[in-house]
Amino acid sequence: MSVATLPTPEPAQTASPIDAQPRAFPIGAPILELDAISLRFGGVQALTNIGFDVLEHEVRAIIGPNGAGKSSMLNVINGVYTPQEGSIRFMGQPLVGLAPTRAAQMGIARTFQNIALFRGMSVLDNIMAGRIQRMQANFLEVALQLPRARREETEHREKVEEIIEFLQIEHIRKTPVKRLPYGLQKRVELGRALAAEPRILLLDEPMAGMNIEEKQDMCRFILDVNDHYGTTVVLIEHDMGMVMDLSDRVVVLDYGKKIGDGTPDEVRANPDVINAYLGVAH
Amino acid sequence: MLGDIGTSHDRRMESDTFPKLLLRHVKERAEHPAIREKTRGIWHTLSWRSLGDEVMALAAALRARGLQRGAHVALVGDNRPRLYAAMCAVQWLGAVAVPLYQDAAAAEMVLPIRSADVTHVFAENQEQVDKLLEILPGCPSVRCIVYDEDRGMRHYRQPELVSYAALLQHGHAALKSQRESLLAEAARGNGSDPAFVFFTSGTTGPSKGVVLTHASLIDRAQAAAAMEGLKDSDVAMAYLPLGWIGQNLFSYAQPMVVGYCVCCPESSETMLADMREIGPSYLLTPPRVLEALLTQVQLRIADSGWLERSLYARCIALAQRVGARILAGEPVAPSDRLAYAAADLVIYGPLRDVLGMSRVRVAFTAGDAIAPELLLFFRAIGINLKQLYGSTETGLFVAAQRDGEVRPDTVGPPAHGVEVRITPEREILVRSPGLFREYHRDPETTARAKRADGWYHTGDAGWLGDDGHLRVIDRLKNMGALNDGTVYAPKLLENKLKFLSSVKEAVVIGDGRDRVCALIDIDIAVVGNWANKRSLSYTGHADLASLDEVHGLIADGISEVNAALALDPMLAKSQIHRFAILPKELDADDGVLTRTGKLKRGVIAERYRAVVDALYQGSSSVRLHESGELKIRDARTFDPTQRAKAA
Repeated sequence: MSVATLPTPEPAQTASPIDAQPRAFPIGAPILELDAISLRFGGVQALTNIGFDVLEHEVRAIIGPNGAGKSSMLNVINGVYTPQEGSIRFMGQPLVGLAPTRAAQMGIARTFQNIALFRGMSVLDNIMAGRIQRMQANFLEVALQLPRARREETEHREKVEEIIEFLQIEHIRKTPVKRLPYGLQKRVELGRALAAEPRILLLDEPMAGMNIEEKQDMCRFILDVNDHYGTTVVLIEHDMGMVMDLSDRVVVLDYGKKIGDGTPDEVRANPDVINAYLGVAH
Repeated sequence: MLGDIGTSHDRRMESDTFPKLLLRHVKERAEHPAIREKTRGIWHTLSWRSLGDEVMALAAALRARGLQRGAHVALVGDNRPRLYAAMCAVQWLGAVAVPLYQDAAAAEMVLPIRSADVTHVFAENQEQVDKLLEILPGCPSVRCIVYDEDRGMRHYRQPELVSYAALLQHGHAALKSQRESLLAEAARGNGSDPAFVFFTSGTTGPSKGVVLTHASLIDRAQAAAAMEGLKDSDVAMAYLPLGWIGQNLFSYAQPMVVGYCVCCPESSETMLADMREIGPSYLLTPPRVLEALLTQVQLRIADSGWLERSLYARCIALAQRVGARILAGEPVAPSDRLAYAAADLVIYGPLRDVLGMSRVRVAFTAGDAIAPELLLFFRAIGINLKQLYGSTETGLFVAAQRDGEVRPDTVGPPAHGVEVRITPEREILVRSPGLFREYHRDPETTARAKRADGWYHTGDAGWLGDDGHLRVIDRLKNMGALNDGTVYAPKLLENKLKFLSSVKEAVVIGDGRDRVCALIDIDIAVVGNWANKRSLSYTGHADLASLDEVHGLIADGISEVNAALALDPMLAKSQIHRFAILPKELDADDGVLTRTGKLKRGVIAERYRAVVDALYQGSSSVRLHESGELKIRDARTFDPTQRAKAA
């Protein structure tokens, strides 16, 4: 009864010692490219001429003060909003104008700022719902419990159980989501997004409203997801400290414009960012 | 794979070691379940045949990695089948298993690893491996660390590390050509070889390595099996620390002797739910687990509706009046019997089910003294819970309550094969084939504890009644006397206080003093819930513990305890006069409890010296620099003579 290894892609082998902490999935070529994105709601200019890229296997953060356009940015990426100008390419394919379901099928999963789970359903069922894009059996097959539907359910359940173990939520597997504390609900939502086995994961304020311990847990899980599955992560976050520890590169928005882009250290040293966001250099 | 060895091998081979017992089970009950584990929501079963295969392959791989006869191998982690297989593989090669506490800090592992010159270590996961790597520079004897779970281990490049899966694979490959020589290795084992070194939890000083032989553990397991009629169809849970002899007996020694099945829960958080799914028939629960279970039940009842609450209260009152007598088979009025049967249908049965104990045939509580009230509660609802007395040095089964004669104030008559004697100083002495061989590399302490005539000095105070039952009072060194010479036994008082649902831990002080005072550690769940219902606001443990209302609640509880103490002429003088509520939970990580949850009185007295002084100086508060002002309150006490008049 040995431990089954997770069916993840073979990581690159490096011979460096543990202190160097080589990444199992080294950062690769751009997986997501945004070019000159502008988004308007009537007369309100939400995003103006924004361009940046996300490299495969990296953790990329989007930060900025309230109303800077961070959530709009995320909504543009997964197709909830269609920008008036600009282009998005995901793994080389144009993305603008595609419906969110199509984006999901292409491997983009997300979580929401205000938790959007099925409150009356169990943790298990909620995460199972994340497998929806990967279910082949049709309604009738499932209703009649035909062999394919049953086989498929077993396979999906195995994947879901793997995620439950990964996120260490075995003890609440059968608990209805509404009975869980906030921090755990956030973790379940991450689990549902992971169940889709995405190439890229969009996290909208994954640590908002959490206490310090819950934040640290969430931080660990995001890094673990990136390390273990090699998932590219794009996250919006308010907590500057957490962002700087977590991300490889950071984009800074202010009033719908990009004012900074680079490694955490570069961004920290950028005078525009200090003025607009940190507001200390006066 | 091993099926043929039974016939080809010498039939007269005695089953005097655990590996030989394993081989016997492979032959006699190959397809019976040996060990179960829940992972990813599903129970996986390992039969005796597969367990035998795995152990033999591991032994082959360990031999290839240089494990020597007589060497020591540490095991650290939660209850996992692979750690149990590793234990047996280690013993297969004549080496000695050293199970450690999985929640021990890295620094706490140095002593056992160094003093036993551990060469190989089995670690459950990354957490344990990290601790081992941290102390590795100070432990040069460690040559090989085997890890089970590979999560997070991808980056590790240390040459000492090898995964369990890889080790097993090597073993299976090696086995193809080495089967005969490995069977010969197992046959070389002897009952008098050491099987385990357990490091004691260290209630009274640095921990000591207790060496137990195959023969002594097998002897104790056989005694228990005979006493309780254990069968291979019994089922037990493995959920307590591997480093504690109690868990080891119940999930290794006894199943190896009897052939019953052991189940490992998914994680400690899922333990209760997993136990309900399994429905164990043979159970070991230390008093603190029972306390936690009862607290949980009381919390949930307090949250239920009026109808449920009153029904529960009536049924429990009935159970406490007649339940224990029904369980013991004593005569009970037919009307009570009928009422009990009805209550069993609506309350006790469902309650046993929720507790995961509906199939329990025998449950033992051991490791610490249990409050009589707690024992009786579980017996009253129809669970055959019995006390077991013993320590690591005595192979645990020294005395046990027997079916039909469970008296809450005794731990029952000595177990089969055990002789008990009491010294004039009231110390309990034990002689049995189940005694430990020695303290590891400590002949002096060994000679002091285990005399030439074979009697082991337990350090416990107690007496043997005319009924042949043993009564344990406390550790001899805890026992003290008040200023006027009245004998004072802190443990007894603390257990009475701990039975109050609002009290999680209690530390009483009284040796060499005029009167008894107490430090109280509140149960945050119960008291928090109580405060919520009264709309009392608080920010955290310290704040809750400082509320006047909470002091009132605890004072009421203590006066109840005092009222009961006043009725007992031996204990009337030990009533608790004053108390303070601790601002912080007592926690093993702070060094105030042992890893098995026992109080370290010396450390606590030192840490809260200012509070203790204030308790006796009569002041109404004391300043603690870490948590500000701490209140001190008087408790109501009762005059024993007046009480007697009133009665």
